[in-house]
Amino acid sequence: MKKLLSLFLCGLFFCTCFIFPVSAEESGEEAAPDTGVTINVYNWGEYISDGSDGTLNVNQEFTRRTGIHVNYTTFDTNESLYSKLVSGGASYDVIFPSDYMVARMINEGMLEKLDFSNIPNYTYIDEEYRNLAYDPKNEYSVPYTWGVVGIFYNKKYVKEVPTSWDVLWDDQYQGKILMFDNPRDAFGIAQKRLGYSFNSTDMAEWQEAAELLKEQKPLVQAYVMDQIFDKMEIGEAWLAPYYAGDAAILVEENDSIGFAIPTEEGTNFFVDAMCIPEGSQHKAEAEAYINFLCDPEIAAANMEYVGYSTPESSAKELMDEEITSNPIYYPPQEIIDNSEVFLSLPSDINEKIDKLWVEVKMGSSGSTYTLIAVLAGFLLLYIVIVITKTMKRRRMNRY
Amino acid sequence: MKSKAIAAPYIVWMCIFIVVPLFLVAYFAFTDSTGAFTLENIIQVGQYSDVFLRSIWMGALATLFSLLLGYPLAYIISKSNLRRQSVLIMLVMLPMWMNFLLRTYAWMTLLEDNGMINNFLAALGLPRLHMINTAGAVVFGMVYDYLPFMILPLYTVLIKIDRSVIEAAQDLGANSCKVFLKVTIPMSMPGIISGITMVFVPAVSTFIISKMLGGGSNLLIGDLIDMQFLGNAYNPYLGSAISLVLMVLILICMGIMNQFDEDGSAEGGKML
Repeated sequence: MKKLLSLFLCGLFFCTCFIFPVSAEESGEEAAPDTGVTINVYNWGEYISDGSDGTLNVNQEFTRRTGIHVNYTTFDTNESLYSKLVSGGASYDVIFPSDYMVARMINEGMLEKLDFSNIPNYTYIDEEYRNLAYDPKNEYSVPYTWGVVGIFYNKKYVKEVPTSWDVLWDDQYQGKILMFDNPRDAFGIAQKRLGYSFNSTDMAEWQEAAELLKEQKPLVQAYVMDQIFDKMEIGEAWLAPYYAGDAAILVEENDSIGFAIPTEEGTNFFVDAMCIPEGSQHKAEAEAYINFLCDPEIAAANMEYVGYSTPESSAKELMDEEITSNPIYYPPQEIIDNSEVFLSLPSDINEKIDKLWVEVKMGSSGSTYTLIAVLAGFLLLYIVIVITKTMKRRRMNRY
Repeated sequence: MKSKAIAAPYIVWMCIFIVVPLFLVAYFAFTDSTGAFTLENIIQVGQYSDVFLRSIWMGALATLFSLLLGYPLAYIISKSNLRRQSVLIMLVMLPMWMNFLLRTYAWMTLLEDNGMINNFLAALGLPRLHMINTAGAVVFGMVYDYLPFMILPLYTVLIKIDRSVIEAAQDLGANSCKVFLKVTIPMSMPGIISGITMVFVPAVSTFIISKMLGGGSNLLIGDLIDMQFLGNAYNPYLGSAISLVLMVLILICMGIMNQFDEDGSAEGGKML
């Protein structure tokens, strides 16, 4: 067994020895001289073509062409990106927040204005993805990908293609429905069902949405994020709202799973953008990186791997026809027109939403008195025990 | 003097990574975003009393089950011959070599409605059981994950019990049941108490077990704290306040526990 393992490791070692030099010399162009500069890129997990299975290694290609090194790390939610930047633990040069997080960061002065003369490839970005509501003058961000939220459903059990969010409130699928485990996306569905805006600052509307989610709770199997892949694949759950870009994992590898965008009430249209955070040490190099990712050829190769949709028509033309004609990734214009973008909300609203979200999940709201009573009860118990023990000891000493 | 010098690295470590962060938690709990003193955060914690109650209840249940499962096992291990002891202890530790997240994830696929256990039951013609996404599944996950922390301190105390003490009790006419109740249990009290501490504290503050096995609707305090730091409304002030209240609560619970230790020789928390 041990021999086999060492043989395998040897084999692996030789393979890597041969593969790496080859990939470095892949294309004929001369490599740019080393600049010695390293930029810190902070992106979502699985959100760039990394050279696996013969795809383009975007970061390596960038280093080869420009001589700028890339230190690439990943995050998993917009909120963890935000808290990392706010706590000031690390400095980054390029980050990839989503729409509402871009707006929030602009409001709080966390982003640098971009110098668009360093990003000539911005001209390739289609008109409809410029100047979106989260960055109205388009000074801080360049769109990287976009997509919509839809419903994944198991065709075996859900016979009718869902056209409305109502299906997530349908009794017959009790215990087979998954929901988003983050308040913004979960409330969003309830808000669209009620015909409200995602970005409402009217607490009464949020309250109403919370009531709707409470009503839905007995039907919901679980509140999850990435676990939906597992649970949908094995048929544990039949209905789950999620992001269209992830259809690559679910729909293409599993015949029984379909994807539908609820057209009746409209849906969430999201954009993940490239930005430069305040305090970046290598702004020009960071802009070069953004520019590089906007190059249609690079964007096309990158998006084919990532699975989300590109905001560049010229990149779309270079991509596989099968992907670009797929309505999951590139839905018809009327669906996009009928959808809404998340915007940043004031922090007091955010706090109230979190509270409502806990209420939805717990089924009730607690009270301060209960907590004080519990604390006091424990403390009393402790004191009683201590007193009885000392009295007992004193009695023992007397004898 | 010599012993102090040896302890120095740990004292430095403790100051930097335990004392300073504790002060930071307390500082954040009593300030608002402008840095001014406020009690608002502590008052807000009260709204989550249900979550606190649920966490303590689940943590206590998990601790009780681990004690009931762990004590007999530790007793049996300590009574077997030396060779077998080391094998058995290794078997207890073995699951800990694997990542905790991975093990919890595995239970998720085992307990699902279409999971392995239910498929097995169905194959035998038995009715399927709904296990995942219930409070029971969360408690089960806690017991599974923290059981080794109960067994190990119990085992170390039980093997140290002098055989001659037990023989003396037997000579004085105590039957095996009485020996166990009057000698073995009181002498293993320090192990019981450190076992309870080591299971109860992580069980009360866990968040990943409830997320994976509780389906997101069995919120624990850990989830609540996680939500304040990585959630929608980045609010480290409330998060710190919740952590502080939780710490006080655990401290009181541990204080009560330590009162049951006659000699006060339990590892940790002696000052209470």
